Amino acid sequence: MTIPIEIFLFIFLLVIAVAVLRMTDLFAAAMLTGLFSLVAAGLMLLLDAVDVALTEAAVGAGISTVLILGTLSYTEETEALMRRSWLPLVIVGVTGAALVYGTLDMPHYGDASAPIHQHVAPRYLYESESEVGVPNIVTAVLASYRGYDTLGELTVIFTAGVAVTVLIGAPRHRRDRRPKGDKR
Amino acid sequence: MQTRIREKVVLRVVGKFVIPYVLLFGLYVQAHGDFGPGGGFQAGVIVAAGFILYALIYGLEPLQQIVSPTAVEIGITLGVALFAGVGIASLLLGGNFLDYDVLLHDPVHGQHLGIFLVELGVGITVWSVMLAIFYGFAGWKPSP
Repeated sequence: MTIPIEIFLFIFLLVIAVAVLRMTDLFAAAMLTGLFSLVAAGLMLLLDAVDVALTEAAVGAGISTVLILGTLSYTEETEALMRRSWLPLVIVGVTGAALVYGTLDMPHYGDASAPIHQHVAPRYLYESESEVGVPNIVTAVLASYRGYDTLGELTVIFTAGVAVTVLIGAPRHRRDRRPKGDKR
Repeated sequence: MQTRIREKVVLRVVGKFVIPYVLLFGLYVQAHGDFGPGGGFQAGVIVAAGFILYALIYGLEPLQQIVSPTAVEIGITLGVALFAGVGIASLLLGGNFLDYDVLLHDPVHGQHLGIFLVELGVGITVWSVMLAIFYGFAGWKPSP
């Protein structure tokens, strides 16, 4: 039922991607990348991946657009013209073709006999109600069955935050470190 | 760019109206992650987006008076510590690491408590990291 909407959204994604590529006004390109994420979030919603859609909408369309705009305020408003070369197009084309070739062996979308649905998924689906008692199985898997993985992911985010704080952290740090007589 | 945005009356009024609902929705996603879509990661990002919207409209200084950079740095650590702390607590109570069954008398209640605390830890760290990155970019000045 949702297939026509999906096709429409995919065409929209393609149009936005090409528009971002061809645009020389960086401000407009930044806004279009936000729109790209919003459309991608809509696609995730159609695939019943509501958690991913929420994340994509908040991070991709919201926060990263703000960060790109923040970066833009330190640079030029228009893109510097570069010599056109065919090499990037060839690389992208070959990589894309390899990825499509890789999908040929994969089970069909939504196939119940796919290996991923045969291993631990049945236990999560049938046992999590009595073992964990949380109606949302995604949460049960992420927080309980796969708690180690989530702790690892959180550590990755923690490391990213610490790295950003150390590298370009709030200006207050720089003021602290300055010698007392320095009035710059 | 910042001063131009701050003079817009419509943005200020709409922002004042929208931000509480963004924060409320973030808290809903955090607390309701057991039953509906969402959880700590999504909630942290949504709440951080609300705070960043506030900074975009009213400026960075007012936001840093509400949430100081020190508080953000504490939050980054606090969330991970809470998550790992739940794991260590379950170790001390005789279970495996991150085995919530032993947290309370009833295994399912233990799971509920463990998942709630763990999601809370995820939410706190994600919220703090998003704000830390925003503070880093917004407060960054190119060296002369």
